[in-house]
Amino acid sequence: MDTESTHSGYSYYSSRSRGSHRHGERNRDRHKSRSKDSSRSEKSVTINAPPAEPLLGDQSIRGDETQDDNWGETTTAVTGTSEHSLSQEDIVRISKDLDESVGLDCRRYLGTALSVILGLLVFLTPLAFLILPHVLWPDRLKSCGTACEGLFISVAFKLLILLLAVWALFFRPARAGLPRVFVFRALLAVLVLLFVLSYWLFYGVRILDSQDEDYQGIVQYAVSLVDALLFIHYLAIVLLELRQLQPFFSVCVMRSTDGETRHYNLGQLSIQRAALIIIENYYKDFPVHNPALLTASKSRAAKHLAGLKVYNVDGPGNNAATGLAQSQSRAMIAAAARRRDASHNELYYEEAEHERRVRKRKARLVVAVEEAFTHIRRMQEEEQKKSPGDVMDPREAAQAIFPSMARALQKYLRTTRQQHCHSMERIQQHLAFCITNNMTPKAFLESYLTPGPTLQYSRDHWLAKQWTLISEASVTSGLKDGAVFLLKCIDFSLVVTTKAIPFIKLSEEFIDPKSHKFVLRLQSETSV
Amino acid sequence: MSYIPGQPVTAVVQRIEIQKIRDGDNLILGFSIGGGIDQDPSQNPFSEDKTDKGIYVTRVSEGGPAEVAGLRIGDKIMQVNGWDMTMVTHDQARKRLTKKNEDVVRLLVTRKSLEEAVRNSMMQPR
Repeated sequence: MDTESTHSGYSYYSSRSRGSHRHGERNRDRHKSRSKDSSRSEKSVTINAPPAEPLLGDQSIRGDETQDDNWGETTTAVTGTSEHSLSQEDIVRISKDLDESVGLDCRRYLGTALSVILGLLVFLTPLAFLILPHVLWPDRLKSCGTACEGLFISVAFKLLILLLAVWALFFRPARAGLPRVFVFRALLAVLVLLFVLSYWLFYGVRILDSQDEDYQGIVQYAVSLVDALLFIHYLAIVLLELRQLQPFFSVCVMRSTDGETRHYNLGQLSIQRAALIIIENYYKDFPVHNPALLTASKSRAAKHLAGLKVYNVDGPGNNAATGLAQSQSRAMIAAAARRRDASHNELYYEEAEHERRVRKRKARLVVAVEEAFTHIRRMQEEEQKKSPGDVMDPREAAQAIFPSMARALQKYLRTTRQQHCHSMERIQQHLAFCITNNMTPKAFLESYLTPGPTLQYSRDHWLAKQWTLISEASVTSGLKDGAVFLLKCIDFSLVVTTKAIPFIKLSEEFIDPKSHKFVLRLQSETSV
Repeated sequence: MSYIPGQPVTAVVQRIEIQKIRDGDNLILGFSIGGGIDQDPSQNPFSEDKTDKGIYVTRVSEGGPAEVAGLRIGDKIMQVNGWDMTMVTHDQARKRLTKKNEDVVRLLVTRKSLEEAVRNSMMQPR
C-alpha cells in the first residue's frame, strides 16, 4: 500500500509543472491540514506518507484535465485522518470559483452593455434634434442664418469634448468586480436618462407635433442640451473622483494571522470602494503571508490542550448540554492554571537557538554570494572585439554562478521557512536580472533576507487572490466612525477598523523677527 | 525674608562688624558674595524666594575675619556701612565691600533663623 501511494505521489509531482517549489507545496498542504484540526493535532503530526495528502485532496476533486494526466493511477486508498478536511476545503473552493466566475462575468457585461446603449443614446440625441426637422418638414423650415451656422460649430466641438471626456472618465479597464452596484454611477445613469427623456418629451410635443419653423430656435435647443450634458459630466467627475480625495477617515488594517498592521487615510467612500482601495494597498504594503511561520504557536496551543482530558463521571444524561460544556471548560482552565508549565522556558531557548542558527546561515550565505559574484565580470567593449569566445548572456552567466551559492541559499531559506515562496527558476531569473543591472551581491540578497510585499512573489505564492467582504452595515453605505468590516481570504482575513480624523483647529501666532533677544545667565561669585 | 510687592521690605537683621585684615596689598574680609540685580536669581541655592536678587554670602573662609565676626554662609546682606545692598549690581556690591580707605565694614545681615528666634521669643508667655 505504502509503495503504491508513494509511487503515485512522485508521478503526481512530475505531472504538475506549475512552477511552485516541490518541497514548498508539501509544506503548505501539511500546514493547512494542521490548521484545520487543532484538537486532533497529535494525530496529524504522526500522519504517514505526506505525499498522500495532495493526492486525494486535489486530484479527485479537480476535474481540470490540464493538471493531472495520471489521474487513473492515483486512486489508491490512503490511510490518514486529515484528508477529509483538505478535500472538503477544496470542494468549497472549487464550487465557489465556478459560481462566482459565471455570475460576475454576466453582471459585468450587462453593466457595460447598458452603459454603451446609454452613451449612444446621449450622443445621438442632439444630432437627431438637428436632423429631424430637415427630414420631416424641409420645405417649411426657415433657412439657417450665419448665427445659426455658428451654433453648428459649437455643437460639433462640444460634442467632441463630451466624447473625449466620457472616454477619459468611464472607458477605463475595470479594476475590480465589486459585490454590489456602484451607487453613484447608477444614480448618474438614471439622471442622464431622465434628463434626455425629458428633452425628447419636450421636443416631441412642442417641436415635432407643431412642426415649428424656427430652425435657429431648434439649434439653440440642441446646444442647450449639449451644455447641460457637459455639466452633468462635471457632476460625475465631482461625485466619482473628487469627493473621496480629501482624507476623512483613518482606517487601521490588521491581518488576523500575524497581526501586521497598516494605517491608511481614506475619503468619504462606500464600504466596498474602501475595501477595494485597501486590497490594492495590501498587495504592496503587507509582507507576504507565510503560513509556515505560524505553526510554532499552533503546536504550543496544541500541547496545552493535549495534556488535559475531561471525563464526565456523573453520567451522560445528568447535565444540560451547555452546562456540561461550561463546567468542562472551567475545569480545564483551572487545571491549566494549576499546572506548572515550563513552556515559556522552552519558547525562550528555542527562539534564541533559532536566531543563532539564522544568523550563522545568513553569514555563510552572504559569503557564498559575494564569492560567486566575483567569478563574473562585465565584458568591456574592446574585449568584445578581441575575443568572442566563451561569452555569456545574463541568463547563462546566472546559471554558471548559481550552483556555488545554491546550497547556502537553500539552507537559509529553509531555516527562515521561506523556501516555498521561491522557486529555482525564479531565483535564477532574479540573479540574471541583478547581473544585467550591475547590482551588488547585497542587492541580490535583499529580496531573500526579509519577506517582501506580496507583489514581489509569483502569483501562485500569493495565497490571497479571492476576497470576500464581510460587513454588518450594507456595503454600499458610506464609511462611518467606528465601522468594522472584514476582508476574508481563504487562509487569513484582514480586520479593518475606521476612525474619523479629528477636526483640526489651527490658530496662528505672529512672532516679530526682532523679538529674538538673548541675555547671558550669570552667576558669579566674588571673594571679598 | 518676606517680600510683598509694593511694600517696603522688612526683615529682622543682625549687626555684624568685620575688621579687615591686610593680606599683601589687599584688605580682605574672608567671605564670598553672590547675587545682584544683573545676575540670575534662580541659581541661588540660599534664597527662599527664587526671584530674590539680593546679595548673599556664598562662602565663609575658615578662621577669617567674617567668621570671627559671626557671618554665616547663606546670609543675605541688607546694608554695608549704611549703603543699601538689596538693589545693587554684583559689581557695585563688590566695590562697596572692598573700599581701600575703610578698615571696618558694618553689615546688616538677615537669615531665616533670626526671624524664627524673634517669633519664638514673642510667643513665649511672659
